[in-house]
Amino acid sequence: MFGRDEKVSAIRLTAAQYIILGIFLVLAYGLWKLQVMQSDYYSLAAEKNRIRNVPVLAPRGKILDRNGRTIVDNYPSFSALLLRDSSRDLVADADLIGQGLHLDPNDVRARIRHFASMPQYQPIFLKEDITPDELQFVEAHRNELPELDTIMVHRRLYPRNGFMAHLIGYVGEVSEDMLNQPQFELYSAGDVVGISGVERQYNTLLMGKNGSRQALVDSRGREVGRLGETEAVPGKQLRLTVDIDLQIAAEEALAGKNGAIVAMDPHTGEILAMVSGPSFDPNDFAVRVSRDEWNKLVTDPDKPLMNKAIQAQLAPGSTFKIIMAVAGWQEGIAQTLHVNCTGGAEFYGRRFGCWVKGGHGAVELEKAIYQSCDVFFYTLANKLGIDRIAKYATQLGLGQKTGIDLPNEVSGVMPSEEWKIRNYKQKWFAGETISVGIGQGAVAITPVQLLRAISAISMGGRMVVPHVINPTDMPPGYVETEHYTEVKNVTIDPNGWNFITDAMSRVLLPEGTAQSAHIPGIDIAGKTGSAQIVSLATRAKFKNSEALAQNGWFVGFTPRRNPDIVVCVLFQGGEHGKLAARLATQVIKAYVDKQRLTPTKMVEKPKSDGKVDIGGLWTAPDSNGDKERLEGGRFVLDLPKKPLAMATAAPGMN
Amino acid sequence: MSRYVSYRDFDWVLLGFVLVICSLGVMEIHSATIHTKFAGSHVRQIYWVLAGVGAMFLMSLVNYQALLDKIHWFYFAAVGALMSVMVFGQKYLGARRWIKMPGGNHFQPSEWVKLILILAVAKYFADMRQRELSWSDFMKAGAIVGIPMLMVLAQPDLGTALTYVPIAVMGVFLGGLQWRQGLIVGVLAAVGIGAVFLVPRVHVLKTYQKQRLTSFIDPELDPQGSGYQVEQSKIAVGSGGLWGGKGSQTHGAFLPVPQTDFIFAAFAEEHGFVGALGVLLLYFIVLMRLTQNAQTAPDRAGTFVVMGVVAVLSFHILVNVGMVVGIMPVTGIPLPLMSYGGSSVLFMFLALGMVMNVRMRRFVN
Repeated sequence: MFGRDEKVSAIRLTAAQYIILGIFLVLAYGLWKLQVMQSDYYSLAAEKNRIRNVPVLAPRGKILDRNGRTIVDNYPSFSALLLRDSSRDLVADADLIGQGLHLDPNDVRARIRHFASMPQYQPIFLKEDITPDELQFVEAHRNELPELDTIMVHRRLYPRNGFMAHLIGYVGEVSEDMLNQPQFELYSAGDVVGISGVERQYNTLLMGKNGSRQALVDSRGREVGRLGETEAVPGKQLRLTVDIDLQIAAEEALAGKNGAIVAMDPHTGEILAMVSGPSFDPNDFAVRVSRDEWNKLVTDPDKPLMNKAIQAQLAPGSTFKIIMAVAGWQEGIAQTLHVNCTGGAEFYGRRFGCWVKGGHGAVELEKAIYQSCDVFFYTLANKLGIDRIAKYATQLGLGQKTGIDLPNEVSGVMPSEEWKIRNYKQKWFAGETISVGIGQGAVAITPVQLLRAISAISMGGRMVVPHVINPTDMPPGYVETEHYTEVKNVTIDPNGWNFITDAMSRVLLPEGTAQSAHIPGIDIAGKTGSAQIVSLATRAKFKNSEALAQNGWFVGFTPRRNPDIVVCVLFQGGEHGKLAARLATQVIKAYVDKQRLTPTKMVEKPKSDGKVDIGGLWTAPDSNGDKERLEGGRFVLDLPKKPLAMATAAPGMN
Repeated sequence: MSRYVSYRDFDWVLLGFVLVICSLGVMEIHSATIHTKFAGSHVRQIYWVLAGVGAMFLMSLVNYQALLDKIHWFYFAAVGALMSVMVFGQKYLGARRWIKMPGGNHFQPSEWVKLILILAVAKYFADMRQRELSWSDFMKAGAIVGIPMLMVLAQPDLGTALTYVPIAVMGVFLGGLQWRQGLIVGVLAAVGIGAVFLVPRVHVLKTYQKQRLTSFIDPELDPQGSGYQVEQSKIAVGSGGLWGGKGSQTHGAFLPVPQTDFIFAAFAEEHGFVGALGVLLLYFIVLMRLTQNAQTAPDRAGTFVVMGVVAVLSFHILVNVGMVVGIMPVTGIPLPLMSYGGSSVLFMFLALGMVMNVRMRRFVN
């Protein structure tokens, strides 16, 4: 027993001191390890913590018409994106994010997983073209959701209602399939690239190069400074050879119809207008297109996504007779051929009918062209044989790609004996030649091929490559200029093509097949065609239903000698070539009116309610006052009932 | 028994070192909060330190032996206060720790209970009549600390509850713990802790508490959750290097609460290994000075009081600095004398006041 004042064991007190010393040595070692041994690692970690790469998106180049008028522009649009280098549990925040951005949280999570293997500094795009409400949500949740950010992107603003949609094409996020292809190897996931049309063909020119900004941020992701910035290189603008005025005329001509219209300058091969119908609105694709909409477009039997000008492979019908005439003239047969058309003729034991049941009577080459006599060309085809027909047709580019600078052109088919053996392992039957003589049978061509062939004939054999841009406008070395300016000379006897084009000029005269398309004061040479889709017997069985109607064709140019413009029209279900001819002459008239400075169209009177719908693009200073910002929109304006005494200039109008 | 007390025997050296540590704390609070909404905290911290010094002098005037005689009343009052927290306490961030006081202040009794426990344990062991600790002494000492500890744990406030443990451990150790007892208790404690973490049916700790305690083992596993603080703290400390750096972790707000729990990380980032080691050295000097005072205490009770303070202070430093360098879990325990906060500062100075009290009476009797 010991007393109240007995001291505490000195050994134990000393032991306590050593324990404390031990604790401090452990702590000092901890400091040493972090601050001396691993200092470099943690210094780097601290740097990474506060530096964030923010992409600076390059605006895509504008697309202009031949006179520099804007066809495709950009407008500012906000996209919501997810920054992954903030220290947040993205998956846990997905519910709130989905709620605010009107997205399915599971989709958000799926997207986070999808991009999990990508570098962390690359943000994930969640939703494009967000509404002002959603933008407000992001701004209001800067503290709760520091990983959520917005970025202003320049989004494509295409002409509305599918105007020129096939030629322009559209842009979209680069797909994984595309990334695996060598021409896209420089792109990364999330890049917006041209998917079709010139947007695809000239993507590298239009696209520009994204920059990035190294921003200093705090733990909440707020920018507190910036280290450096690699500037975005904006895409270059692309000037097309298309003339908007002609394009408008062509669009209006084909409105509501199936088919295609292509207009070209036969001297240079510059495409002046190109329409395919029905069309689609590429603005729907600028933001993500829904699966339903996409499926509807893909399964539509009228094929709205197909650019029929370069992708429809169809029998040319009677327009092929011009190629027949050239072949026959060059072989010395056509100019001396005289045929008595009785409404049909028999070849190889089978009767081939003429479209005029009563017959054309005595027919020579000129009448055979403007009256489109089938019997004459059956006879000519029989005398020429398939290989001589194929020789001239092939020289004029039929059954081959024209080389137009648009993606996914198809080649069509120009049959020959060799072609038949190669593809069907069968001998060519002479009877098959007879149908080819009127552009039926195995012949399948695209509108742009036919356009190019007729253009060459109208120019005395000078065959150009159709193209939609002027190669001299392009940056040096970007395109092979020789491809665009390449001219192939097909030998055609001048007397021959003069004779044939003179005969073509009578097609729109009272004795021709398209007299109703005649426009006083304009010298148009052309040829109608109506191609059977199925045999006449099959049509009769289906009671001439509209779905089986014939395709109407017209290809023509003006003026007759040294023409300025060639137009080819495919009017699917147009029944007769003269209807196609009327569409073509609308475009030709617009062209001639423009050359002659005659106003084609007057401004329409406002509708009875006195409202006009105005849409467009304009620039406005941004909040800083200096830089220009592009605005786009559509307004309905009330027009005064009484006309104004004097028109006042609208802003932006000169 | 004449009672002669003089400030000549006041430990001015100890106070000097303590105030140096406090000054470093004030400087770091200033640096860490200057661009935040907590700007100006360093001024308030100075007021707290001044108030603490005043409280320390007052505390040194009260004879600790008189306090020890009435300690059972204080002990009952402490348990009562903790009970009232459980009933009337303000719930904030999922825990019921505070009592709202008139005038808008909040009072957290669990902090002050520590002082009473130091005295209660000291009293118990001072009155013990044998050299070797019996199991019943062990249980009683354990109960003195254990009852309030369980009440704090229920708030739930794991960090504060843990700070009660070293008081008991120090008392038992100095009171004559036998090797065999230490071994058995150590094994039992290990089994108990293991059960808390590994047996899913045992719900002693909340999930977030378990996560905080486990994430320190490998913070990179879960950098966005509870391991975030540890990871950011290690980055702050590590990027400080030998001589200190710009302090981007602190000023970029990557470091959580750099003026309170993580003040040592902020200091280590700005002043490097040299600065951080200097601070550790200051604390070590203070602790050695305290143990020296314990050795010269006038009686057994005095030694236990001073060593209780040493135990609490050492434990705080171990857990806080250990957390900052990533070798201890995140428990929300502040660094005494440096971390911003009135309760923490006042507690520390009151504890030092008791030490002074003991020292000033060393030549009495």
